[in-house]
Amino acid sequence: MSKMTNILSIAPGNTPAEGVLGRIYQRAPVLLLPLIGLLMFLALWNGVAKNIDTSLGEFPGPAHVWEQVGVLIDEHAVQREKAEAFYVRQDERNAARVAQDPSYQPKVRDFTGAPTFFDQIWTSLYTVMVGFVIASVIAVPLGILCGLSKSAYTAINPLIQLFKPVSPLAWLPLVTMVVSALYVSDDPAFSKSFITSAFTVALCCLWPTLINTAVGVSSIDSDLINVSKVLRLTPLSHLTKIVLPSSIPMIFTGLRLSLGIGWMVLIAAEMLAQNPGLGKFVWDEFQNGSSESLARIMVAVLTIGAIGFILDRAMLSFQRLVSWDKSSVLR
Amino acid sequence: MQSKHLELSQVGIDFPTPKGPFTALTDVNLKIAKGEFVSLIGHSGCGKSTVLNIVAGLHQATTGGVILDGAEVTTPGPERAVVFQNHSLLPWLSVYKNVELAVKHAMRGQSKAQMREWVMHNLELVHMTHALDKLPSEISGGMKQRVGIARALSMQPKVLLMDEPFGALDALTRAHLQDALMEIHANLGNTVIMITHDVDEAVLLSDRIVMMNNGPAATIGEILEVDLPRPRERLALADSPAYNHYRHEVLTFLYDKQKKIEPVSQHRKAGSTKVKSDNKASKSSDAA
Repeated sequence: MSKMTNILSIAPGNTPAEGVLGRIYQRAPVLLLPLIGLLMFLALWNGVAKNIDTSLGEFPGPAHVWEQVGVLIDEHAVQREKAEAFYVRQDERNAARVAQDPSYQPKVRDFTGAPTFFDQIWTSLYTVMVGFVIASVIAVPLGILCGLSKSAYTAINPLIQLFKPVSPLAWLPLVTMVVSALYVSDDPAFSKSFITSAFTVALCCLWPTLINTAVGVSSIDSDLINVSKVLRLTPLSHLTKIVLPSSIPMIFTGLRLSLGIGWMVLIAAEMLAQNPGLGKFVWDEFQNGSSESLARIMVAVLTIGAIGFILDRAMLSFQRLVSWDKSSVLR
Repeated sequence: MQSKHLELSQVGIDFPTPKGPFTALTDVNLKIAKGEFVSLIGHSGCGKSTVLNIVAGLHQATTGGVILDGAEVTTPGPERAVVFQNHSLLPWLSVYKNVELAVKHAMRGQSKAQMREWVMHNLELVHMTHALDKLPSEISGGMKQRVGIARALSMQPKVLLMDEPFGALDALTRAHLQDALMEIHANLGNTVIMITHDVDEAVLLSDRIVMMNNGPAATIGEILEVDLPRPRERLALADSPAYNHYRHEVLTFLYDKQKKIEPVSQHRKAGSTKVKSDNKASKSSDAA
């Protein structure tokens, strides 16, 4: 694409206005085709939705779903106002008590209203990030070890192959019980549902990063390893100057795959662990069974998709920033 | 003392294969004087690279050994710097940083200013100071190889080992770099061992040409002393009878005495290799 615009801008007798118009003309297919695809999808959705009757009423069409987006935003605003009002009242009450009795220690309580859709998005993002970071912190060093040492790889590979295809739903009951047994605290900093969800995500995030890191490290150009030998690099220098930089593109490919999987796994984990994120939102609406439920779930589905896409793009931008191999990160 | 700078004695190497050890090299004896420029030439698979890797310490000889200035070579090290065929610069480091990495590890304990000066000095030797901040992917193949040579030189090697350093370059660039290498060799007087496929290159650059027999169990076939006065000018030499005599000697060794017994004519592919293989085919039929 950039090549095309270049040719255009060097073309003789090209005034700036023509350049801009030409650029729009050049870009038109890129902007227009996705729009056409989107419109076709909406039309199809609308047509199909009208013909599906569920026990909760007609399947929601695009208009119905869009309406619920507004409702969810309003609910969020109302809930925020309530929270603010609560804190104002609490402050006033505490101030009054202190005025009466200077020795009184004011009690500050958190607002306990139901989390809104946006609170739940935030919880989901936070949970998936924690799970992803836990997985990466384990998978990258382990992957480097596997890539450097053939024996380590041979030892660990069967385990990787065994656990890689396991569904998060199989792990979840085990993780739940283990967390319940081990995470015992009077004043827990994190809720158990959060830890269960995060660890389930981590268990499923490990594998792509681990495998890609190992492949990246083991496929370092043997000439570069010889350079390292001739320079007599210490093992640490060898790792930081040769191994890590040269496997960064593959490590990031793994990390991107892991984050994508983590985000998918998270929704299922939250449903079952009742972590107050998007998964719980979907589950609660399903259990709720009102006439609006399906439309609200559809909003969640689209939000999950959009956030997954944004997460992937963010990782891609980050990869472009740190990777030397600009050609490997086009998609 | 002069003749005992670098000594290969009885060097042989076996590679383990499922069918038992494969003897790639056997009984390689070679003495190289300080400042000498030696080329290794031979057909593909005759173990030239293996000899170089043994001197570099990247391979361990099964029999015999290599002695450099009275010490046996067992591991790779900066005093035996290698210029690899495909430059092998670190693709994520700039030209300057690639050389700096070598300087940092070969000259521990120097001040930053001294190191910077030394990096610049070596890049000047190969005329690459104009592209300090370029990444290897942003410069041409010839430039990459120049940087590779600068990196090797910056380690102040006792012996500079070059594995077909100009093999991947076009003829013009190769000629430029050969001239640059002759200039550097004249100025610094490093001992150089270079592997090459190119007969002209070997005769032009070398003091001695070591011609290797075909494997398996390859060894040194003949050693040719190239007694041409330095500095050498490629244009002047083109018409020199002495130069052409040396060239002929090497060609005779390669294509007559050591003709590669490969079904070249059957596997022949169209295009650039055709002429060469025709030559070979006719030579071998002459011999037969």
